[in-house]
Amino acid sequence: MRLSRWLADRWLMIVALLVLGYLALPVLVVAALSFNRPSSRLSYDFGEFTVDNWRQPCATSEMCDAMLRSVQIGFLATVVATVLGTLMAFALVRHRFRGRSGINVLVFLPMATPEVVLGTSLLALFVAAGVPQGFWTIVVAHVMFCVSFVVVTVKARLAGMDRRLEEAAMDLYANEWQTFRRVTLPLVLPGIVAAALLSFSLSFDDFIVTNFTAGTTVTFPMYVWGAAQRGIPPQVNVIGTAMFVVALLLVGISSLGRRPTR
Amino acid sequence: MTRLARHRLLPYLLLLPGTAWLLLFFGVPLAQLAAASLYDPTGSLSTGYAMTWALGNYPDVVQAYWPQLSRSFGYAGLALALALLLGYPLAYAIARKAGRWKNLLLVCVVAPMFTSFLVRTLAWKTILSDSGALVGLLRDVHLLAPDGRLLATPFAVVLGLTYNFLPFLVLPLYASLERLDHRLLEAASDLYASPVQAFRRVTLPLSRPGLVAGTLLFFIPASGDYVNAELLGTPNEYMIGNVIDSAFLVRLDYPQGAALSFLLMAVILAVVFGCLRRAGTEEVW
Amino acid sequence: MTGMARETPAGDLRLANLTRRFGALSAVDDLSLTVGQGSFFALLGASGCGKTTTLRMIAGLEEPTSGRVLLGDRDITALRPYRRPVNTVFQSYALFPHLSVFENVAFGLRRRGIRPVDGEVTRMLSLVQLDGYGSRRPAQLSGGEQQRVALARALVNRPQVLLLDEPLGALDLTLRRRMQVELKRIQTEVGVTFVHVTHDQEEAITMADTVAVMNAGRIEQQGAPADIYEFPATAFVANFLGQSNLLAGEAAGVSGGDVVVTAQGARFSVPVGRARAERGPVQLGVRPEKLRLVGSADQVPQGHQHVTGVVTDASYLGVSTQYLLRTGWGAELSVFVANSGTSTPVPVGSTAAACWDPRHAFLLSASS
Repeated sequence: MRLSRWLADRWLMIVALLVLGYLALPVLVVAALSFNRPSSRLSYDFGEFTVDNWRQPCATSEMCDAMLRSVQIGFLATVVATVLGTLMAFALVRHRFRGRSGINVLVFLPMATPEVVLGTSLLALFVAAGVPQGFWTIVVAHVMFCVSFVVVTVKARLAGMDRRLEEAAMDLYANEWQTFRRVTLPLVLPGIVAAALLSFSLSFDDFIVTNFTAGTTVTFPMYVWGAAQRGIPPQVNVIGTAMFVVALLLVGISSLGRRPTR
Repeated sequence: MTRLARHRLLPYLLLLPGTAWLLLFFGVPLAQLAAASLYDPTGSLSTGYAMTWALGNYPDVVQAYWPQLSRSFGYAGLALALALLLGYPLAYAIARKAGRWKNLLLVCVVAPMFTSFLVRTLAWKTILSDSGALVGLLRDVHLLAPDGRLLATPFAVVLGLTYNFLPFLVLPLYASLERLDHRLLEAASDLYASPVQAFRRVTLPLSRPGLVAGTLLFFIPASGDYVNAELLGTPNEYMIGNVIDSAFLVRLDYPQGAALSFLLMAVILAVVFGCLRRAGTEEVW
Repeated sequence: MTGMARETPAGDLRLANLTRRFGALSAVDDLSLTVGQGSFFALLGASGCGKTTTLRMIAGLEEPTSGRVLLGDRDITALRPYRRPVNTVFQSYALFPHLSVFENVAFGLRRRGIRPVDGEVTRMLSLVQLDGYGSRRPAQLSGGEQQRVALARALVNRPQVLLLDEPLGALDLTLRRRMQVELKRIQTEVGVTFVHVTHDQEEAITMADTVAVMNAGRIEQQGAPADIYEFPATAFVANFLGQSNLLAGEAAGVSGGDVVVTAQGARFSVPVGRARAERGPVQLGVRPEKLRLVGSADQVPQGHQHVTGVVTDASYLGVSTQYLLRTGWGAELSVFVANSGTSTPVPVGSTAAACWDPRHAFLLSASS
């Protein structure tokens, strides 16, 4: 009787935790596999425990090259997409002009289009225009799909901002530039940073669009895809786990920093 | 006067680079894809394609790849149903029952995405492997035949799709459930609604914007995905993405690939605008 | 920034034919007024009457469609907000959430390149009684404290004109009363021209030297609070500022220093000095507290005028009791009787007469 009462109160939380477990399971497996010495190249099962993979994460130099390339692409795409998207967000929130709804649709459509379609259409264009595919075509493609996410993220932050704060700044002798620099930018910055982080993770982790626009250039996801057919070096799991830990630390630090100081 | 003129021009200047980028690398490529889908199907990449307005490419690909096409939407739909079943309680629990653990649980929803998408999908290969603990357990309790498998089955592909895109469904759903005023539920129970009725009559309708956004954010990538089918399935589980991938990168049959791509886009956009029209656009835009 | 002449003696603030249209709607319609230097001026009106738009045009946050804003002899109509020696206390304060209280107050000084700021800011924080609050964030303050930071942030710049946009609207009643007194004290202390926008008539009356009542983008009446209250210019003012009993009638010209009025078959008179019209359709007005309630027409004192009716309602208000008297022709008069303990309550349903001294009545043109 008491058990059923306990269950009735908590069943929802129990279901939620089970679902979270489902979400977490592969991450745990990746972490475990990073300490695994597989019995054969094509095996996905546990062999024996080792820390060698962590000692020599770049034993497969191709993988680390691909990793570095992904970081470079992610960085470039993030910078360009964040700038372009932020400018667009300002125009969309702060100005009324002809063609505003058209721009909104143009921003929305890439997010509503499956990645295969984005990838294949760019491939069709690059081939038709005779553009050789490689590093720069990947950057161009990544900027394209990141811009929309930046616009949406920054727009939300801007729309939630009180216009009177800027008026107050102007009233207190700040000219247009000072108002932007001292009030608007600091208040919108969290949105811009969030948009940049989102862009980087979208770009860094992208496989499908990259697959169609990369030519022979290999990014980290492309490397993993190729290796999946030939046999995965266990260091892939080291990278996966390290990424997870670094990202989690960043989240932890930023949430500590956000706590109000008394 | 000059200030006014500058003010008029400013939004266009702000929009110019981003809009140009989107038009050039989203709009123009789509037009090129549409054109390629109407090329003469007998041409080849090396000899070049002739534009013959070959509308027949469309019925041809539908006929040739009907199994993959229907599988794409079938698997994505099945995964969506599963994701809703798992995601709604999760989003609800975080939004309304988690109290001070709310932020931590939210991080737990997002955190798996910090690990590479492909690496996580490969991890499912280990989990579902024939010699793995899960298969062993299921065989022992006779939920699986002694020679039964999980990997390389439709089950594995749907499970992978559900897993990979579940956070996209949970987050918007969480956002709309979080905004829900708890006094509305108190008002409902004050007005003789049982908990189930209150959920059906108040919570569910009010979470619809999140439900629609989450459904779209889940369904769009899931139906176009080919990574899960490739890594967790066999050619018997291939979806339309696999066919498009091979048409463009292996068989080099651009007209066919383009026609399939365009078809996929058309179906998705029809679904998207159908959903948005029913939900009212404001929330999702 | 150097154009900011706080050394030049501030002059009167003058608005000349100021107009602001939004599409077809005139939010402010050909408005002209003068605010004397150093005065506490209140713009009083219901929401949507154009008072905030007027304030924003003085601040430079809204461009007038036509008309001019002058400060002394200087035309500041075309100046950007940051070039005007005018500061604003915004409705709900608009404190910068990312800056400390100190930095909020120092904001204007820093923008003008004034250094060091510490002394000024500290002095100003103590003027608004917030010593030691400098390092806090606005979000950590109560509504009243935020209001005072907003005030300090504006005043520290020693503006020639301080604009207050419903500055007390977000506060609860007790706090509002306290802040009213405090605002008045600070205004006397710093001697800056205050232009205060509010919809609260009591706030306007108690704080301002001069009140302008706005309606539909125009000023209906302007003057000292007591003058406006005692002798309103229009029916709108008569009812917006306090309550009035208005009787429609016909003025038949002057006789012996009084304007003679016929209303509902009875004759009344109002001294010429208290009449806005002498002939034609008029409204005869008497404030409820100027009416006395007597049992019958023959108890009306010498020289008073009266109407008779039936008491339909009596509401106890604490300091007074409000009676409603229904007249023979169906109008309802409101009568305040002070609860001084000397009068006996009048039972509901009884007939009574409401009487007044003609010198307390006022006469409005019916077209106003």
